[in-house]
Formats: sequence, C-alpha cells, structure tokens
Amino acid sequence: MSYQDKYEMVCGVETHVELATKTKIFCGCTTEFGGEQNTHVCPVCLGLPGTLPVLNREAVNLAIKAGLALNCEIAEFTKFDRKNYFYPDLSKNYQTSQYDLPICKNGRLEIVVNGESKTIGITRAHMEEDAGKLVHSGESITTSDSSYVDYNRAGVPLLEIVSEPDMRTVDEVIAYLQELVQILDYAGVSDCKMEQGSVRFDVNVSLRPLGSRELGTRTEIKNLNSFTAVRRCLEYETERQAEVLNEGEKVIQETRTWDESQGVTLSLRTKEEAHDYRYFPEADLVPLKIDREWVERIRATLPELPAAKRERLKTLGLSVYEAGVLTSSKAMADYFDQVMQKYADAKIVANWIMGDLSALLKANNRSFEDCPVKPYQLADMLKLLKKGEISGKIAKTVLEEIYTSGKDPAVIVKEKGLVQISDQDALEKIITEVLVQNPKSVADYKGGKEKAFGFLVGQVMKATKGKANPELVNKILKEKL
Amino acid sequence: MKTIRKSLTELHTLLVNKEISSVELTGEYLDHISEFEPRIRAFITVTAEKALARAKKIDQKIAQGESIGPLAGIPMALKDNLCTEEVATTCASQMLRGFIPPYNATVAARLEAAGAVLVGKLNMDEFAMGSTTESSAIFLTANPWDLSRVPGGSSGGSAASVAAGEVPYSLGSDTGGSIRQPAAFCGVVGLKPTYGAVSRYGLVAFASSLDQVGPLTRTVRDNALVLNAIAGYDVLDSTSVPFNKPDYTHFLENNVKGLKIGVPKEFFEHGLKPEVAEVIQRAIKTYEQLGAEIEECSLPHMEYVLPAYHVISTAECSSNLARYDGVSYGYRAEAEEMIDMCETTRAKAFGPEVKRRMLFGTYALSSGNYEAYYVKAQKVRTLIKQDFAQALAKYHVLLSPTTPTVAYKIGEISEPVACYMGDVYTIPVNLAGLPAISIPAGFVDNMPVGLQLIGNYFAEGLLYRAAYAFEQNTGYYQEIPALLREAE
Repeated sequence: MSYQDKYEMVCGVETHVELATKTKIFCGCTTEFGGEQNTHVCPVCLGLPGTLPVLNREAVNLAIKAGLALNCEIAEFTKFDRKNYFYPDLSKNYQTSQYDLPICKNGRLEIVVNGESKTIGITRAHMEEDAGKLVHSGESITTSDSSYVDYNRAGVPLLEIVSEPDMRTVDEVIAYLQELVQILDYAGVSDCKMEQGSVRFDVNVSLRPLGSRELGTRTEIKNLNSFTAVRRCLEYETERQAEVLNEGEKVIQETRTWDESQGVTLSLRTKEEAHDYRYFPEADLVPLKIDREWVERIRATLPELPAAKRERLKTLGLSVYEAGVLTSSKAMADYFDQVMQKYADAKIVANWIMGDLSALLKANNRSFEDCPVKPYQLADMLKLLKKGEISGKIAKTVLEEIYTSGKDPAVIVKEKGLVQISDQDALEKIITEVLVQNPKSVADYKGGKEKAFGFLVGQVMKATKGKANPELVNKILKEKL
Repeated sequence: MKTIRKSLTELHTLLVNKEISSVELTGEYLDHISEFEPRIRAFITVTAEKALARAKKIDQKIAQGESIGPLAGIPMALKDNLCTEEVATTCASQMLRGFIPPYNATVAARLEAAGAVLVGKLNMDEFAMGSTTESSAIFLTANPWDLSRVPGGSSGGSAASVAAGEVPYSLGSDTGGSIRQPAAFCGVVGLKPTYGAVSRYGLVAFASSLDQVGPLTRTVRDNALVLNAIAGYDVLDSTSVPFNKPDYTHFLENNVKGLKIGVPKEFFEHGLKPEVAEVIQRAIKTYEQLGAEIEECSLPHMEYVLPAYHVISTAECSSNLARYDGVSYGYRAEAEEMIDMCETTRAKAFGPEVKRRMLFGTYALSSGNYEAYYVKAQKVRTLIKQDFAQALAKYHVLLSPTTPTVAYKIGEISEPVACYMGDVYTIPVNLAGLPAISIPAGFVDNMPVGLQLIGNYFAEGLLYRAAYAFEQNTGYYQEIPALLREAE
C-alpha cells in the first residue's frame, strides 16, 4: 500500500546555489573549489576580530540575474541581516544573510509532468554566505577524537531560493528541481556542479488526507545534494509519515537528516530544540538600493532560457522529447546551436548529438562542456555524409576518430582511406566477383529467399571494408540478379 | 631636553630643525613611560624596540632631506582594541590574550603611513564595555590627577597616558562616550567623530552601529592634526562615508562671534553634580563674553536614551562577540566535546560586565522580545536623531557637560546601572551618529571637568573652532597633574 492511497503530499524546497563569482561575497578570496585546506582564506572570511565585510557587486548582479530568470520581483531596497547560531564551521558564529527584505521575491517557473504543465511559485531568493567545513579525524563526528575546520568555503556567495509548497508528487518535486537547476545553469548564475556541492536542497514535506485543504505537520530534511537523494528521501519520508498517521499518531514538526547509506531519515532536532536565530540587521553593511537601470542592465545579459529554447527547437521540427533532451544542459544546447550554424538539419544534428556523441561522452565520463569533438567538426562530418563521401557506418568510425585524435573529419577520411566507393564501374567489378564466389546465395535469392540479398550486400561491404555506397550496391545488385 | 607635554607642532618643529632626533624623542617618551607606568598602568603593551626601529627610519628620512608630515617621528599609542600587525591586541580581555593580528586597523595603517611611532597599546574596559577601565582583565589604570580615582572608560588608558604625558596623543574608541568621558575625567581633549568619518576596519567591534575611533590629545590643535591623518573614506569599511575631508587645522581661529550655541536643558538633569554644573555655567559665560549667542533648547526624548542605547549596543555586542569560541584564535578551554569547549571557553575568559551585556543583548534579540526591545529601541533612536536634527537646524553647536560628575574613586561605582547613568550625556550623540568633542573646562576639587560640544554631521571643523576659542581664552589645558609637576 502506498501513501498516495490515503494522503496527498505537500512539498516545498529551499535550494542553496553557489553563485558563480570569482571571489567570495565579502572579501577578495577565491571561490575555487578544492585547494589545500585553509588556503583560500583571509582575516575577513576567518572572522578575525575587527574585520568588516565588503559586499561583492558581482554576487548581487548574479542574484538579480537569477531573480529575473525565475520571474521574480527585484527589490529596490534590500539589506543584510545576521543569523546567529554557534557552530565551529561558522567563523563569526553568525551567518550574514537576508531576512525580511530579500533581494528577490514572488517568482515562478513552469514544470511539465506527464505532459501536464504546472506553475510552481518561488516565494523568495536571498543572498548569504556559505560556512566552512568540519573535517573529522574519525568516521563521523561522534566517533572522532578531534575535528578540524576548513574555511576555504566560508564566505562563498550563496543564493537561497525558497519555493512555495506547491508540489504534490515526488515527480513534481524532481521536475521542479531539474527545471530550476537548468534555468540557473543557463543564466550562468551558478556552475551547478552538484557533485561539488554547488547546489544543495532542504525539503519541507507533509501529508494530508486526500481531499483535505488543511496542511499537515511538516518535517524538514536538510542538506540533500542530488536529485536521486531527494527522490529516495521523499519516497522514504512520505511512507514514514503515512505510517505515523495510519497508527493514529501525530507527525512531529522537526528537522531531519537523510542517511544515504541506510536510506532513512533521522531526527536532528524538534521544534522545541530549534535554534532561535535572533535575526537582526547587519550594521557592518549598508542597505542596498537597486535602481531600475541596474536591473535592466542585468536583464540585457540574460541568455535564452530553457523553456524558450525548447519552444524554438520544436519549431525546428524536433519532438518534445528531443527538445527536452537537447536542452537538459546548457552545454548540450549550446553545442546543438553551434553545430546548427554550420549544418542546419535539426533532425540529423539532434540524432547524432543525442545518439553517438552522447554515448561516446558517457562512455568516457565526460560532458558537452569539454567535448573533444568541436561543433564544426561534427558539422563537417555531417556534410561529408550528406555528400555521400562517407557512409553512415563510416561516419561512426570517423566520429570516434575525431573524439580520440582531435583531427578534422576530412583529414581522417583521407588518411585512413575511408572515402565511400560511389564509382559505378569499380562497384560493378566487385559485385560481379561476389556473385561468382557465392553461387548458393544467388540461387537462394532467385529461389525467393529475400534474406540472401542481405547476405550478398554484407559480402560487398566486407570486400570494400564498409566503404561501398550502400544505395549504389543495392541498385547494382538488383540489376545483376 | 624636555619634550614631555609639548604640542605636536612644537615636536614637529624640533624634529625638522634637527634639534632632536626621532630616536631621541622616542627614547625620552619611553623613559617617561617606564617612570610613570608603575603608578599609572595605562599600557598593556609597550613596543619599545619596534618604536625605536621605526624612529630610526624617520630619522633617515630627515637626514636625507625628505620632508616629513606633522606626525612623523612622534610617539603615540593606541587603545588595545585597534588591531596592530604583529603587536598583541587584547581588548583587555583574557579571551584575546596572546592574539597577534596579521593586519593593521585602517587607523593604525594611516598613522604608520604618516610616520607616527607606535610606542604601545593602551588599557581599556574589557571589549570597551565599561566607564572606568575597571573591567579590564589585565589591571586597573589610575587617573593621573588622583591615583585613587579611575581614569574613566572605556578608553581609560588612552586618556590617562596623554594626561600623564606618556604620549603626546593616543587613539581611543567611543561607543557611548568612551573617548569623551575619560577625556573629561583626565583633563584632555577627546573627539568622537561623525559615524562614518573614520574607518572602523580593524577596530574590534563592540556595537557596530555606534563604534567610532577618535583622537585624545592635550590640545585642540593636536586633535585636529591627528584627525587629519585618520579621517576619510575607507573601502574596507562599508559604513565609512566618502566625504570631502578638509584640513581641520584651518578651522582653528580664535573667534566665535555670532556662533549660535544651544544648551539642551535635559543635559543638566539626571544627577548632574552642582559643582560640575557651576563649571559648565562659567563656560557658558565665557562663550557669551567671546560673542557667541547662547540659548537654552530642548531635546525632548532624552529620557529614553539609556534604555535604547543599552538594547541596541548589547544586541550588537551579543552577536559581535559570538566569534570568540576558542576555535581558531585566542583563549581556549580544554573540553571533551566541541560544544563544551566553546561554552567553557566563553564562561572562563569573558569578564562579568561583558557577560552581562551579551546576556542582555541575547535576550533583547530573542523571538518574542525582538519587537518589544530591539525594534522599539530603533524607533527611539530615530526620535533622538530627529531631536538633534531640529536643534542643529537652529544652532551651530550644542553645549553640555560631558559627564554629571568628576572621576569616581576606584571601586566607588559597584552598581552597573549607576555606572551606565554616568554616560547619559554622551550616549545620545552615538545614537544620532553625530560628532562631539570634550575639552577641559575647569576643575572641581582639583579634578578636571569636561565640556561637551556637539555638532552636525561632518562638522568636526566647527567643533574645533568652538573648542579652540574656549581653550585659548581659558588655558585649562596648561594645568598639569601634581604627579607631573613633582617629576619636573
């Protein structure tokens, strides 16, 4: 029995995205991922006595850009606040964040689930600084003798995007997250590298009896770092809450954590134990006035966003599915557009990108961001194919060769002698030989066995090392038989 | 050569005319510090070696015929909440014992650039919280006028060192009167500049929206010279203001004819001692005789000043001081668990006054209390700003006593609230972000009394003009503590 038989899920998500600035939000340290521990630090991000924050303009630019991409209102007046809590990875024991006047609010985005589109509201998006990272000497914090703090990440700019509790199924949640991450990726607001923790999710989830309008008691599950984790976690948590409710108990409002290895959520702290963050205005920074010219300047830098891109691809004759796959990452979509500039057959370009090229990248654990086959090389190869200079089969070989050697397709075709044999006389000669050598198949074919024809084609291809023009082979064979 | 208690201008002339070298001058002051410190105890750290090395560099410049600025080669000292690169900065707290900043506060860097010679770091109330320097976790500082009395606070070491002639000038910080009150108690000139006129970068924060760094000097001219060097926009402090910084010495004319001075009647209430009031009344007469136009005025919301200040300043301090947890610098208590370590560190290394204020501030910011305390206090702050705006639209400056009393006896004030009451005339100025100066105005029982002048935003020049005229026509700055007279 599934929770869905009796209950409806209500879910909202807080997404923390690292903004793609070169330097931290309040100091000049690099935001580069990795690096030896505590090397990307200075007195300001270490929170040493007497230091003061200076706001990174570019972080504001990116926050505005994200807000515009998510159809938000951009605040004309915004400010920073302190969120006070003690934790050793927080160098000042308060996080500089935004409380009552966030930079963005009242946005939305569209998702499509099972062919139906739905609008998900964005309550707000606010800027804040990331904390450092605790490194434990043992397996976990409880089994360690000592812990160390790495402040490299402290002060990396984050945007926290809070959705409305508009999602009713796990699929909707995943669709929302995918669309959100795609938009941020397209807008260039974040590098969206989930494996490096550039995007993290906190989900708020509750159940209510089917047909009920009231909200049930929610739990918040913090710090999920992949779509898979969100899906598994929600699948677990909804069933857990359903069991509690089925037993006539009440769901406790609490913060929970997702244990990936056990596949369960565990209680972190209850409402009574919740932090009182004692938010109050950050007096070390002045409030920020964002005039409309500033907003328009940022709007002008917004690229085509995924939804618009999908629509455009559909007008090129691609299916909803193809448009969806091609726009699933900005790098892939950009790649498609670049190939199209040199070879404007959307269907063929889409097939090669989604098929052979994607397979090659996947097999080598790479992505379109650093694809060794340059868009012009794929276009050139497709031109050779169209002109009939190479066969479809050879084309696959050529693509692999470009991938490994980086050489241009024309060079590869020439060096390896891969030019398709489209010479009528040469092919006739070869085919005559094949027919002589395979009298049985000839007889079979003439006796009505269609299969024998395929075998003969194969023999011709074998003799030409695949270079024979297949159409011509078919034609000549039929004539000769 | 007697250089102690000479003005900055005189010292500069001696250096330029090569009548004394910076090394000799620095040496004389270091000797004077050695002689007086056992009694005054203004210095937490004396940086003799570094100071002499620095003085030597200035001497080389002079020898090479380079022109030097008005502060070059002249000793000075900084309150120990101003970060100094490679020199311990303790905030007079066990918490920061042994903390050596890897950077200079902007004011320290600016003085260094001006060729100033840092001879040490000065005692203060722990984390600048207090009005007597008795909350210092290091030791008590004595008032040079009467060693059984406090120098005031929190910049007690800054005021006492200047009054005792240990340095020609010092820097202090003022959150609710912490420059002006000790200046008044020790008979020196202390300026709290407009909020945003001097960078707070490297000033260890007490209350971010109120803190401001300023000079303590023997004379008004010296004060203007030091402000010249430290004021001005700083990219490292987002609350510092880009403004056209004048040469403040240009305002020093002995003329207050036509100057309109408002005297807020509320500043003569709240426990003002009659003897102090008398001194201030005499000062008002002096101004009248000099041609200023004096009028009584009113700042109607002054009775709410103390509660508003204590909510805002403690709220900010509760957050500003959260960073002292033993994790990456300063004192650390050993404990089994991470959170235990943090709690024990804070329990052991903070003194009672600091704890009291952090508790108060935490309470005021807690959910359920925030609206009633913090938000209300901010509204009061707005009203106080408006009071001042109205008064300063009518008058060039406002005049009041700096403090209701002269310096207390050591240990005299045991009740925290009684101590807070003593700051009632200085605190409103911080809440409004205005500049104010305290200058010597006379004596009660051989103890100095301070006169406070409050000006409009960035009107430090006008304050100097008004202060200078008074100083030149009264000469209280020439009075010397008995201690010094005996030494001479």
